[in-house]
Amino acid sequence: MSTGLIFDIKKFAINDGPGIRLTVFFKGCNLQCKWCHNPESMSPKVQKMYNAKKCIGTVKCIEVCPNDALKMTLEGIVTDYNVCNLCGKCSEICPTKAFEMLGSEIPISELMKKIDNEAIFFDQSDGGVTFSGGEPLMHSEYLLAALKECGKRMYHRVVDTTAFSKLETVLEVAKHTELFLIDLKVMDSEKHKEFTGVSNEKILSNIVELAKTNCEIIFRMPLIKGVNTSEENIKKTAVFMNSLDGNRATINLLPYHKVAENKHVKLGDSNKFIEFESPNNDEVLKVISIFKNYEINATIGG
Amino acid sequence: METNQKVLKPERPVAAQGNFYQPITNAIGPGMNERIQKLRKISFETEPSLSIERALIQTQFYKENFGKYSTPVLRALNFLEICKQKTIYLGEGELIVGERGPKPKCVPTFPELTCHSVEDFHVLNTREMQRYTISQEDIDTYEKEVISYWNGKTMRERIFSYVPTEWSDLYEAGLFTEFMEQRAPGHTALDGKIYEKGMLDFKKEIQEQLNKLDFLNDPEATDKKEQLDGMKISCDAAIIFAERHAELAEEQAKTETDPKRIKELQNITEVCRWVPANAPRNFHEAIQMYWFVHLGTITELNGWDAMNPGHFDQHLTPFYEKELAEGTLTREEAKELLSCFWIKVNNHPAPPKVGITAKESGTYNDFTNINIGGVKKDGSNGVSEVSYIMLEIVEELHILQPGNSVHISSKTPDRFLKEACKVIRQGHGYPSIFNPDIYIQEMLRQGKLLEDAREGGCSGCIEVGAFGKEAYILTGYLNVPKIIEITLNNGINPVTGKQVSIKTGDPRNFKTYEELYDAFLKQLNYIINQKVLVSNYIDRMFAKYSPATFLSVVIEDCITKGKDYYNGGPRYNTNYIQCTGLGTVTDSLSVLKKHVFEDKTFSMSTLLNAVANNFEGEEILRQTIINNTPFYGNDNNYADDIALQVYNDLFDAIDGKPNTKGETFHLNMLSTTCHVYFGKVMGATPNGRLAQKSISDGTSPSHGCDVNGPSAVIKSLTKIDQVKSGGTLLNQRFLPSLLKRDEDIMKLGQLVRSYFALGGHHIQFNIVDTATLYAAQKNPEDYKDLLVRMAGYSDYFNDMNIDLQQEVIERTENESF
Repeated sequence: MSTGLIFDIKKFAINDGPGIRLTVFFKGCNLQCKWCHNPESMSPKVQKMYNAKKCIGTVKCIEVCPNDALKMTLEGIVTDYNVCNLCGKCSEICPTKAFEMLGSEIPISELMKKIDNEAIFFDQSDGGVTFSGGEPLMHSEYLLAALKECGKRMYHRVVDTTAFSKLETVLEVAKHTELFLIDLKVMDSEKHKEFTGVSNEKILSNIVELAKTNCEIIFRMPLIKGVNTSEENIKKTAVFMNSLDGNRATINLLPYHKVAENKHVKLGDSNKFIEFESPNNDEVLKVISIFKNYEINATIGG
Repeated sequence: METNQKVLKPERPVAAQGNFYQPITNAIGPGMNERIQKLRKISFETEPSLSIERALIQTQFYKENFGKYSTPVLRALNFLEICKQKTIYLGEGELIVGERGPKPKCVPTFPELTCHSVEDFHVLNTREMQRYTISQEDIDTYEKEVISYWNGKTMRERIFSYVPTEWSDLYEAGLFTEFMEQRAPGHTALDGKIYEKGMLDFKKEIQEQLNKLDFLNDPEATDKKEQLDGMKISCDAAIIFAERHAELAEEQAKTETDPKRIKELQNITEVCRWVPANAPRNFHEAIQMYWFVHLGTITELNGWDAMNPGHFDQHLTPFYEKELAEGTLTREEAKELLSCFWIKVNNHPAPPKVGITAKESGTYNDFTNINIGGVKKDGSNGVSEVSYIMLEIVEELHILQPGNSVHISSKTPDRFLKEACKVIRQGHGYPSIFNPDIYIQEMLRQGKLLEDAREGGCSGCIEVGAFGKEAYILTGYLNVPKIIEITLNNGINPVTGKQVSIKTGDPRNFKTYEELYDAFLKQLNYIINQKVLVSNYIDRMFAKYSPATFLSVVIEDCITKGKDYYNGGPRYNTNYIQCTGLGTVTDSLSVLKKHVFEDKTFSMSTLLNAVANNFEGEEILRQTIINNTPFYGNDNNYADDIALQVYNDLFDAIDGKPNTKGETFHLNMLSTTCHVYFGKVMGATPNGRLAQKSISDGTSPSHGCDVNGPSAVIKSLTKIDQVKSGGTLLNQRFLPSLLKRDEDIMKLGQLVRSYFALGGHHIQFNIVDTATLYAAQKNPEDYKDLLVRMAGYSDYFNDMNIDLQQEVIERTENESF
């Protein structure tokens, strides 16, 4: 059985679909959104995070590192990723868990144990399991196996995806999924490429096909000023949604937040953090009202 | 997120219609009217004070009458004398009448139980927290008249002159508390009988029993006669007390100029002439009936936890529905009357405590806990419109007392749970939530009849009993973490260096975890035996010297048995020991088991030295412990199995120990505020907890140690078979951001449903405010569980940088409802 690289499993997830859920976060994404809220999810490799706030300076990590990759500085321990081979010894020895290894391969049977353990909460809330990331479709073999196991147990299944994948993968996953959460980041293809690394034709055509299935879709949109909050973009988004088969008139708006900054610092790549601007309250309300004109129900948060 | 789930919209057609309430923002109901606002203001702003009136009346009475009568008759006549002589209060605009003291928030003393000293009064009068004012003149009078008489004759002195040194050593070291050393046994709630019978009916029943007494063949006949005589006198006392209010209302009506108020006063006169002598005929009389009974019980004696109406909504519903149908009462009038009652309870702070008891229970709250919802005697859903009215009042009045709880069985409608969750979202910490499906099982396990169990509920904190039929005496808290501390010090209290318990061996010589645990069990059993020994003595002292003849009238079977509430009169007679600190104990044992015995991360002596030095210079060791040990509350079997073992051993040590009334002791798992006091008397513990810091409360995980979210906490807690207890307590912290939208509220409700489906007894949510977040910035270790959610993102508060934390604090400020 294949294994998927998973960096977090969140219990009592209440923002990732209906009811009380368990959310599985896959590591690795084929989009590289510059505003990504979860930058630790982007790389498909195991990574290390360092939290200087937790570090009490025992320097045991430096002693134990086989590659001499660690150095004590005024800002705490700094890793030289040119020599670090991510063996994890520093994280094992650290008494305060200032180092944290991100990404582990969890066999399906073990994942299902964790999921089954939360079944009572799904039952009581019409909740279930959400696969998020990163991009779950990048781990399609593992994802499908997990979805099928969940299906056997009659758990409600949500896949939170960019929809950037082979169409056949999307449609195969759709056979075992009740609800998709899909981002509509920006409609202009050039801009999409500029900010996410890929153009959006494939994404949009996949969505068109997906909409022909019985799966429920809820769209999500990170609201980033200067990227996608223009009236034109919102209208285009609405028109696209209305052109789809079925009732596809729900979108969650997620106003940009610079939460990623702290995570970039922990990942040791703070140079990658770019600060965007979030729309103010009036601007968000305006977006909602445009959607409303198109009979689309837009709400803040997801 | 919008989903295909239907969002339940509350329907409140009656409230939506025009009414005379001034709406207030954020309230789920229509708000308080002018009368309620005024009465609330008085209740809210009046500073608690002490009244020496009851003590003076009683002392005079005892001087003249002590020795003339049997004890029950003496106590009843004493109660009658107080009812005849005490100052009667009827405040402006009041509809429900009667105060224990001469005015609102004025508390009498009970010198027959505990006689406050002059010094006590000075402390009470001047301290910053929980102050009770008293004049120098009153203190002087008290010294001359009251103290001089009661000195050496009080129940408290009798108890302390008896207790063995072994007990005192443990008590002073803080291994347990003793509820009854200065207040009478209480924790009483009523069933529905006072809405069907008045004092005249009870008197008739008492007379029938008196007529039946067989002085030739029943060796207890004389004792029964004395008790029944006392109970009869107590009925008269309550009627006289009410009549004096009727007269005062009549007087006030004579000089009143407002015709509306004159009518109200005339109505009060009529109500007080009817109840409690007779069974109430309408909603107003039903509330006033209860209130007179409540006042009677807290006037005759100072019972632990004030009286409690039990399932008040269920008792009032027949009156409400009948009158609404007949057109003699509107929803608004019902709500106004109930609000008046709520304020009455708030007018009655707990009488001031002294000594260790004041340290562990320093609060004005006297724990009258109104049970809302639940199931009826026949097992059907007990929620009615009166339940919803009560929730509105709870939210709008926002006062300390009475406490309130909602009772959610599998039959309770979601709408009720959701309305309750909306009140919880306000962040006042109430209502707490109980699971009747489990506590009924708890009572059945103890041998109660099904109907009696269903009519039961929670009386004060989380303890449950058969309302109106049971004396369930909570005897005090047990400091279980301190027992570990004592075990690790071979019976010596490390705080004082004194040998306070038995020797169970130097732990440095223990080869296995089992050896250590065995020593812990030996200490546990020794300490519990000491506690029970004294509790049984106190039980008999109250039975013999301080019968509660009025309370006995309204508790089932006291009349037919001819026995007092304290003397096995009630249908059920149980005693409880309340165990605290399950989290601290489990985590400490987990550290010892894993690091000392299994992994040998460090030796016993390294750990004990670090603990003895409060981990000074041992931060690395402490961090290793905190971050690398399975702790309770994370759905981790390693830790949870230890919790289960400790729980089961506490059960075995306590449950089934005989009490003095032919029944047995049981255990509760609660701490109320005692975990703070218990923490203060302790050094550091092996789980990394520093000296003097609070131990964990109830069955909750140690502070900040539950880092896998509320569902994991619930899974951990339900591994213990809660049915074997008489109540467990779970506190959970939530940030308001998690409860922002209506669907989030529903998810909170579903979390509760999940906990209850798994067998949880009680849960309560503290909605975190900004002060808590500032505290979390200062002491991150204690707040590792604080989960913050923003749109599409969530993280632990501790893991955020200072800027983000600041932003969360600002958001929380805005999101607090």
